[in-house]
Amino acid sequence: MAEPKRVVFRVRRYQPQGTKGPYYQEYTVPYRDDEVVLDGLNYIKDHLDPTLTFRWSCRMGICGSCGMDVNGKPKLTCGTFIRDASAGGVVQVDPLTSFNSIKDLVTDFDPFMEHFLHVKPWLIREKEKPLSEGEYLQYPEDLAAFRQQSLCINCTLCMAACPVFQGDDGFIGPASLAMALRYIRDTRDQGAEERFQRISTSHGIWECTFVGECSVVCPKEVDPAGAIQTLKLMATTRRMKKLLMPKSAPR
Amino acid sequence: MDRLAYDVVVVGGGGAGLRAAIAAAEAEPKLTIGLLSKVYPMRSHTVSAEGGTAAVMRDYDSFELHALDTIKGSDYLADQDAVEYFVAHCPEEIVQLDHWGCPWSRDDDGKIQQRAFGGMSVKRTCFAADKVGFHMLHTLFQTSMKYPQIVRHDEWFATDIIVENGVAAGVVAIDIRRGELSYVNAKAVVLATGGSGRVYEFTTNGFIKTGDGMALAYRAGVPLKDMEMVQFHPTCLPGTGILITEAARGEGGYLINKDGERFMKNYLPSKMELGPRDILSRSEIQEIRAGRGFEGPHGAYVGLDLRHLGEKAIDERLPMVRELAEKYLGLDPIHEPIPVRPGQHYIMGGVATNLRGETNVPGLYAVGETACVSINGANRLGSNSLSECLVFGKSTGLAAAAYAKKRDWPRGTAAKEHLAKEETRIFGGLMTREVGKESVAAIRTEMQQIMERDVGIFRDEKGLTDACAKLATLRQRFANVGVTDKDRVFNTELQQALELDFMLDVAQAIAWSALNRRESRGAHSRTDYASRDDANYLKHSLAYRTDRAPRIDYLPVTITKWQPQERKY
Repeated sequence: MAEPKRVVFRVRRYQPQGTKGPYYQEYTVPYRDDEVVLDGLNYIKDHLDPTLTFRWSCRMGICGSCGMDVNGKPKLTCGTFIRDASAGGVVQVDPLTSFNSIKDLVTDFDPFMEHFLHVKPWLIREKEKPLSEGEYLQYPEDLAAFRQQSLCINCTLCMAACPVFQGDDGFIGPASLAMALRYIRDTRDQGAEERFQRISTSHGIWECTFVGECSVVCPKEVDPAGAIQTLKLMATTRRMKKLLMPKSAPR
Repeated sequence: MDRLAYDVVVVGGGGAGLRAAIAAAEAEPKLTIGLLSKVYPMRSHTVSAEGGTAAVMRDYDSFELHALDTIKGSDYLADQDAVEYFVAHCPEEIVQLDHWGCPWSRDDDGKIQQRAFGGMSVKRTCFAADKVGFHMLHTLFQTSMKYPQIVRHDEWFATDIIVENGVAAGVVAIDIRRGELSYVNAKAVVLATGGSGRVYEFTTNGFIKTGDGMALAYRAGVPLKDMEMVQFHPTCLPGTGILITEAARGEGGYLINKDGERFMKNYLPSKMELGPRDILSRSEIQEIRAGRGFEGPHGAYVGLDLRHLGEKAIDERLPMVRELAEKYLGLDPIHEPIPVRPGQHYIMGGVATNLRGETNVPGLYAVGETACVSINGANRLGSNSLSECLVFGKSTGLAAAAYAKKRDWPRGTAAKEHLAKEETRIFGGLMTREVGKESVAAIRTEMQQIMERDVGIFRDEKGLTDACAKLATLRQRFANVGVTDKDRVFNTELQQALELDFMLDVAQAIAWSALNRRESRGAHSRTDYASRDDANYLKHSLAYRTDRAPRIDYLPVTITKWQPQERKY
């Protein structure tokens, strides 16, 4: 095998119990073309500096835990190749912006969990069908209607990229709003009314200014920006229907 | 907060742990349930499962057939009563997941679709495209949020099981974020921490699968059953070990050698690429050893050819396969075969339990890949493990809830003792130890290489004896591991040291169980004992922890109506 190439990782460090404030530390990391930024961080942890702290798990782009800013952009580090990220000669790694740093590259995930819970991300039914009667029938086109939003891995890259969330951490945010649409569009679900009450607010869909960065950074093509615009349209239609035809208002 | 109490505490927030927690919450709404997970639950490794989950859902299928396939696949080491219970309860779990919102792939008539899988004689595998584990885990996690009595402690790492008068009474755990130990008293403890594939160097398993629950139970006096039965999956990407789902073959993919030949015709002509995983993995290695593999930067490999399926079928049914190949290999499976080789994938063995997840310590339960019920025997069929998490997750959750309901609260004295002991071991010992003599990464790498080389796909007496000796040395060297990071907050170096401590226990149990099973059965392939030996080894291995090498004992296999036969396809 050819001699590995080398690149400098410039990593933002922060230890809450340390005396120094946030600072950057540089490490020289060997790499091959098939290695990703997460491999570089693990090289540092195993060979150069075991104190470097970050989250990761599946390293195949599905668990959503290794999101960080790479060269200033929110990325899954397991899906970002060093060969691509090192164009400037340096790979800079920061914790995801918009969230508080707990230590080094680990951010506080609680704000996301709170907003996620707010949209009631589970199937809501007025009446459950007994299991013995089998599945709820759902046709391929019904599934296609929410499949895109169902692909969200909760990596929160979209929230890190969202200028509205950066200014107001009370904003429910793109990931959770896309999840609301996922359930609203599911033919098995009957919770649209409850969810619209929770998201048609100034901290919900109406706060989104449609910058669209969330959809640009999404590694799973969930398109949260599109989801929020769809929800705005649906909310408006529901309101009009209620005004014009109060008796046939959608439930 | 250094003490907590729940009626039931579940350690592990993957498919099995969440299913157990929900079952307990539904059965006994007044109980409190603590759910401890060392990662946020949706990061659990269930998320990586791709291909599907098995259940008899159609007229062409039957419980009898699902059971026979499973038992035959297991090379007759599965307990048949467990298999019968399992197959009978799979369908209701698929429907239950549907009622909770799982986006199952559908037939044109609106019913849940099924696909073919290796070792299953009919189309029996339900799926949600090829992100089945992902959708199942997110469905369970999101559903669990409905139940206020399920209290989550995300990013908590359990280090010890509290045993009071011979009965489980809770766990000691580190809140990783705060770096503080707490004890969590409980009337019932459920271990659902997944497998331990990270004891191997080349594995499909995520970084978090370090055998924590297995080691916790083992240290509490519970035997680990059939640990030598380690599954290697035949289609993993060289280098990273990323899994390419068996569904790729279920949907019609071929395995080819460098001459473009479908080499399985020389090993298993009746089943070709739809044979069980142990046979396919060995065939690939034999093909490579015969000089008919491709050569790549990460060594020899064979090709997984999907080109004949066409773009439409690949995008509809195998989108993640295309995504992974494009992202990690820079190739499009529509135009090129995918390089693959076998990699460690699953541990058939685990904490010895019965159908209700009970262990030999009252109040202590285990379920999912952590446990060995056992339905998988010497070789698990693809798409049975997600179903196992669901079926036995439920039965274990119900059993733990029923037990907790009738039991009094532990007194708490034992909990305090365990907490003090752990404080001394971890923060008084490991954390303060002099740095520089041994590193976590070095010992971990050596362990992984030993396991890969001598406790891998092919094994023999000499290699296994050597592995056992070397692992014992690593066990001793671990005593000199130091932790550089002295900051308690989110100390992943300390956590990795504790995980390595667990992994060394598990690796020793695997190696010793393998050394003592002098036959070949399923995934356990001894070149020095090439055939199956029912006269001496139609029985489960039990590894008990001692201060020195594990003590190996045996337990009969439960046979109900399928008499062991030579495994022929």
